[in-house]
Amino acid sequence: MKLSELFRAGKFVVTSEVGPPKGTDTSEMLANAELLRPYVHALNITDQQSSVMRLGSLAAAHLLKERGLEPIYQLTCRDRNRIALQSDLLSAWTMGVENVLCLTGDYVSLGDHPGAKPVFDLDSVSLLATAKRLNEGYDLAGNELQGKPDFCLGAVVTPGANPLEMQLIKMERKIEAGAEFFQTQAVYEPEKFAAFMEEAKELKVPVIAGIILLKSAGMARFMNKNVAGVHVPEHLIAEMEGAKDRVAKSIEIAARLIREIRPLCQGVHIMPIGWERHVPAVLEEAGLAPAK
Amino acid sequence: MLVSERKPLEEILELLEGEGRRRLFLLGCNGCAAASGTGGEREVLELKGELERAGKEVVGWKVLDFLCQKGLIRVGLKPYEAELAVAEAVLASTCGIGVQAAAAVLAEKEARLPVYPACNTIPLGGVRGEWPGAERCLECGQCFLGLTAGICPLTACTKQLVNGPCGGAKEGRCEFEPDARPCGWELIYERLKRQGRLDLLRKSPPLFKDYAKMQPPKKLRQTTKWALELELEEEVTSR
Repeated sequence: MKLSELFRAGKFVVTSEVGPPKGTDTSEMLANAELLRPYVHALNITDQQSSVMRLGSLAAAHLLKERGLEPIYQLTCRDRNRIALQSDLLSAWTMGVENVLCLTGDYVSLGDHPGAKPVFDLDSVSLLATAKRLNEGYDLAGNELQGKPDFCLGAVVTPGANPLEMQLIKMERKIEAGAEFFQTQAVYEPEKFAAFMEEAKELKVPVIAGIILLKSAGMARFMNKNVAGVHVPEHLIAEMEGAKDRVAKSIEIAARLIREIRPLCQGVHIMPIGWERHVPAVLEEAGLAPAK
Repeated sequence: MLVSERKPLEEILELLEGEGRRRLFLLGCNGCAAASGTGGEREVLELKGELERAGKEVVGWKVLDFLCQKGLIRVGLKPYEAELAVAEAVLASTCGIGVQAAAAVLAEKEARLPVYPACNTIPLGGVRGEWPGAERCLECGQCFLGLTAGICPLTACTKQLVNGPCGGAKEGRCEFEPDARPCGWELIYERLKRQGRLDLLRKSPPLFKDYAKMQPPKKLRQTTKWALELELEEEVTSR
């Protein structure tokens, strides 16, 4: 089912994500997907996240679809030119994929093959426009397609970006190009998120707020130092630091954040980063379980 | 200017030994390579010493002015015919153009003598003006500078994005080498904002680069804009 139909039905959309394995053993990925199944409307499939070579998101999205789970197929511009991107989109539609998240992609130097040729023939904006063109029955060269897809297209936005204005301009361009929903970078400051939503609400596109489970104070500091657009405030770091039970505290913080931002947006996206088993508890404590 | 850097000796020896070449003629260049600290007389003599210590025989050497100029190579190598006749390889301590020009000149007479590069040519991230400054041009054939406040998104952005920044910049620095690279799109944004031209960005339809335009046009290849020597050679033969 397309996310756009859920938004139209007034649902508060809950998504999470699974990462394809390094190799061909999909058992852990599928077990994580099964664990999350009762709690989410759809699952993002990451596309070689952080430029680390892995099983493809297209194959993984297909495996989820086969099992009756709703994939959000992540597609980046890092590794494929416009010919491959269009072809993969057509392939995805024939495999039952209905939701696509269009991303620029990390630079290759972040991953495990830093000497790879970076492609970036398209970027998030032009990829969205390309997918929209396919939806309309034409390829980028203007050739008519024999059978066309009908994707629900998504994009990402960073509410904590500085300067925010540039971020909002790009968000606007993504909508113009075809984005029907947004998933955000991790949110830890509800006030700042509220300020962002105040600006973004004029754009009238559903926003799914990103939540990353904090595993430790160290992880929070690492993200503050290294991850673009993510800022964990000091009081949350202190909370994690002082916690006797880190898992319980992490669940409490995530659930609290969700309750605080829920009135501001149209959904949440949980990025478990290895803590898939704790996602059910987060959503239950946030009053969002089970989904549907 | 083309910046070159010496390859490690082991790599040079591997190249030579892979084809069993022992007797060498060394070439240097007094242009960019000398300025790079790779192809001047001092560096060529240093290389000669290193090679001899590694068991190679250097039968001759010459530092020419501008190894990119085939005419100068032809004239400059004239007095060294005897040395070149006994050499098994030429090792050129210069940029990739110098190596190719020397190889082309030597191939005019006999294709026997291979020319090996002693250096790597270092990317400068695009072509610079004749008076080299910080500005870079990729010669992309589809200039977007009018939309980007006069800052090239292809050379200022590591990912060469043309539709705005990616999500990877942190505090205005690029995710690739943040200590060395500002986010090019943030520079574009700041300047457009100061100029009161942000609407330009907001209202632009998605831009697509036409990479076919990065290939030199066919008609250019037949003119002296492509290579000055084209016409010179025509003139010589018609005389």
